[in-house]
Amino acid sequence: MYTQALNGIPDEATDQSSEAARFQARVDAEQKIEPNDWMPDAYRRTLVRQISQHAHSEIVGMLPEGNWITRAPSLKRKVALLAKVQDEAGHGLYLYAAAETLDVSREELIGQLLAGKAKYSSIFNYPTLTWADIGAIGWLVDGAAIMNQIPLCRCSYGPYARAMIRICKEESFHQRQGYEIMLTLARGTPEQKAMAQDALNRWWWPCLMMFGPPDSESQHSDQSTRWKIKRFSNDDLRQKFIDATVPQAHYLGLTIPDKELAYDDASGHWKIGPIDWAEFKRVLAGGGPCNRERMRARRKAHEDGAWVREAALAYAQKRRARREAMQIAAE
Amino acid sequence: MATTSISFAESSLLNLVLRRADDALILGHRLSEWCGHAPMVEEDIALANIALDLVGQARSLYGYAALVEGSGLTEDHFAYRREQHQYRNCLLVEQPNGDFAATIVRQVLFSAFMDLYWREMMTSRDKALAAMAGKAEKETAYHLRHSGEWLIRLGDGTDDSHERAQTALDELWVYTGELFEADDIERGLAQSGVAPDVLSLEGSWNQRLAPILREARLEIPQAPFMQSGGRSGRHSEHVGYILADLQYLQRTHPEAVW
Repeated sequence: MYTQALNGIPDEATDQSSEAARFQARVDAEQKIEPNDWMPDAYRRTLVRQISQHAHSEIVGMLPEGNWITRAPSLKRKVALLAKVQDEAGHGLYLYAAAETLDVSREELIGQLLAGKAKYSSIFNYPTLTWADIGAIGWLVDGAAIMNQIPLCRCSYGPYARAMIRICKEESFHQRQGYEIMLTLARGTPEQKAMAQDALNRWWWPCLMMFGPPDSESQHSDQSTRWKIKRFSNDDLRQKFIDATVPQAHYLGLTIPDKELAYDDASGHWKIGPIDWAEFKRVLAGGGPCNRERMRARRKAHEDGAWVREAALAYAQKRRARREAMQIAAE
Repeated sequence: MATTSISFAESSLLNLVLRRADDALILGHRLSEWCGHAPMVEEDIALANIALDLVGQARSLYGYAALVEGSGLTEDHFAYRREQHQYRNCLLVEQPNGDFAATIVRQVLFSAFMDLYWREMMTSRDKALAAMAGKAEKETAYHLRHSGEWLIRLGDGTDDSHERAQTALDELWVYTGELFEADDIERGLAQSGVAPDVLSLEGSWNQRLAPILREARLEIPQAPFMQSGGRSGRHSEHVGYILADLQYLQRTHPEAVW
């Protein structure tokens, strides 16, 4: 669903070799870097971290929405939600595959997630309390994800860029679906409208945090920008999201939970009040409402499924051995 | 308002359509519980896919049920506004997911039956049912292939997986007799060429299962008796909880449109 704006790219001495110069020239010329091409180690590590973090987010992101599949209020909504969560599993799968082109296995990456060494998007550490949260996630969380991800379709690393093209198409469908849920609720009974407003109140600020810390505190964007992994700053993308979303909320007849929100004629942008970055840091550090539950659910699925994966492996080995034995017998 | 449940007269045809629809919805519901918790991402996708097929089949069937009933009910009335005793699904599909082996065994047993059932239904005199069967059969054949391949992997995998698969088979076998129970409704509609004769499918079902179980190195259980009651609305204790989840929002906000 979404990769949180990445920070913490290793500060490494710039590689001065001729290979490095050729690499940068190709990136500058907007050519795609492919798995077998030479690339700086830091570029590889940055991508592995970003792509795997994105993959983990898709997989963990299945949990809050999966929470409502059995309780979806109509068969039409049930099918749409099930298909959406299934899409997220698919995104996770091809993002892990994209990461694998950088010489790291899915098992290793999942191991890092389960050991708490790898991050996933903090937004999924918030709970889905009502059906309206399913609408709000589609509209706002997927909406924010799209803002972040559209530029990644032009990312310099070929496999990631190509994966993102498909993901973005599906995300934009999810976003429209989520908005349509909100629209139905906003035009529904007073209880449904209250449900929609409550969901907006709870998801608005965490969604703005999805773009990462303000540019003034984000130290590592430069290298990623030079490598054409990142193309816009956190604040620029956040503003773009706000400008797109505020009129949508007005159309729904809902109120953005920000008393300072005002349209600035001079700049043509919606200006927001201060974001509570202490909350962002707290959730990132494990103190969100659902951090523990999400990790527990992932670990449980992994541990409960271990015997299944072992069985599949054992069966494949037996089958290979039998085939080889038959071939030897035939010869 | 006395109740938010619907009441309606249940003709033989309507009852039969609801049996098929409820089987599909309840099993789809069970499979959807796996979403996000499967042993590997590929199975998250596959189980969700089978669930989607089944809920899709249920929607077509409920839509047809609404047409047959004729008083303006919708697919959601049948799914969300009936009480437990009005549900016509077999006991097999409402059994809990258990471990992955139980889920796979349940799927193999059910899909092997439904694949045969839909295949015969394709020649029904009832054109609507024949058309739905044409689509459902393709899906069901795939469900059987997928779950059958898994059952072979589990049965012939490790000692642990073999034991789990055999235990699941032993435990679920008692719910298979009900699949072939031909009451007056099934018999009547079979005689008029509307629906397959379920009793006649048992032999073919055993033949479909035999090679899968053989390759999986699993023993066919010897069950001294079979459980039944689902078709007449006498379910296991599990269904109450399924419906509590499934119907919660519609029952809480009966006036709302979603």
